[in-house]
Amino acid sequence: MKSQAFRLLFVLLVFQTVLYSQSEGMAFIQGSRYIPLYGRDSTVVEVKDFEMDKYPVTNAEYVDFVKKYPKWQKSKVIKLFADDSYLTNWKNDLELKGSENSSSPVTYVSWFAAKAYCECQGKRLPTVDEWEYVAMADETTKDARIKPSYNEQILAWYEAPRSNENLIGQTPKNVWGVFDLHGLVWEWTLDFNSVLITGESRKDVDKDSNLFCGSAAVNATDLMNYAAFMRYAIRGSLKAKYSMKNLGFRCVKDINE
Amino acid sequence: MLFMVVMSFSACNSKRSDSDLAVYQCPMECEGDKTYNKKGSCPVCKMDLQPIEIEDSTILDEDGISDESIFNLTSNWNTEEGEVIQLEDLKGKTLAMVMIYTTCKAACPRLVADMRNIESKIPKENIEDLRFVLVSIDPKIDTPTRLKEFAIENEMDGEQWTFLQGTESGVREFANVLAVKYKQISPMDFSHSNIISVFNPEGELIHQQEGLGVDNKETVQAILDLTN
Repeated sequence: MKSQAFRLLFVLLVFQTVLYSQSEGMAFIQGSRYIPLYGRDSTVVEVKDFEMDKYPVTNAEYVDFVKKYPKWQKSKVIKLFADDSYLTNWKNDLELKGSENSSSPVTYVSWFAAKAYCECQGKRLPTVDEWEYVAMADETTKDARIKPSYNEQILAWYEAPRSNENLIGQTPKNVWGVFDLHGLVWEWTLDFNSVLITGESRKDVDKDSNLFCGSAAVNATDLMNYAAFMRYAIRGSLKAKYSMKNLGFRCVKDINE
Repeated sequence: MLFMVVMSFSACNSKRSDSDLAVYQCPMECEGDKTYNKKGSCPVCKMDLQPIEIEDSTILDEDGISDESIFNLTSNWNTEEGEVIQLEDLKGKTLAMVMIYTTCKAACPRLVADMRNIESKIPKENIEDLRFVLVSIDPKIDTPTRLKEFAIENEMDGEQWTFLQGTESGVREFANVLAVKYKQISPMDFSHSNIISVFNPEGELIHQQEGLGVDNKETVQAILDLTN
């Protein structure tokens, strides 16, 4: 019985790799339905199959990018697309400051820059729903949100200072084969501006229907999930041209049928 | 899906063409300011041509678009008249822009009313230099035909009104430039921030009015300053 199950698993594994020729450096994410903290109607959202970068984009990778696309170099980027802190930890257009490590995640990048980077690799930024879907996994479970250990670990990171200076790939790999969703830097998402909770930038608008049409429909389904709540709150306070010390990104790719 | 991939590649390729525009010049400037678009040697002194830096992007590009102008966005839009335009085609007039969707029952009718209130306070001669632009956050439903119907229903079919349908990613990008937030909360409904933005004829953001039914004095003043 046991060997039969094992054989079945083996066949399934082979089948999967044949079906999806995995892109280099990306992990296959099998889509499903789940309830995020803030979803459409605060209920179930559906995530389709996709591939996600195993690691956040590194400084070294970003150096290659700006060499190829000079319009994203520090001195050339236009103000509409990035604020003054864009790549502020770089010595010049093509080099990092000596104190920075090329294997650390790139930070001080705006949403526009992150989006362009992904598009230039034939990829795109993940949606909030996709990012949260992969990020609710721990090393062994696809949805670890109910485990106390999962939340404690993430919150411990939120308290740890200067984790953006760490190198990629040092946090435990999650069950999808993706690293560093927690424990390194915050990450841009394609539709970060779909988060309509902002205590800070737009007054307290939680239920202020004058500022947000239909805002009363957006509510936390699970206030227990404090770590996720913090992520949504940060997204809600961002503007697309902001560049911040602890905000990086990674890309995803749709599966071509 | 394929359409999206093609779109993203083309978006990237346009960037690549910028970077390919390397310009070479003789280091001794034997021929004055003459430049070459290929490597080689100077026909006068035979020295190797050196690449020179072009510093156009920091101030104005060849079209005279500034760093902070929304005309830097290169996505395509359909108007309610069925034309395909880029934002740059709106250059030359003061712009009052708002993001709405036509099936909206809650805030949008009031936002639209706010826009009409602003219009009613602008003298006729200023209207000629002004364009009201309503951008749909629901590009799936709000086709040019639907937008045209909406324009007629709301008596906003005059020259000065323009309605735009974009691509999903074009709309997302545009909203980010305006710092407008929105989220689809059901197939027919969106949550969205209610912001009216005023741009000068060069596409630079001058003023934003937040909220519904707020005093529009400042917005009107901003428009009058720009159109006088």
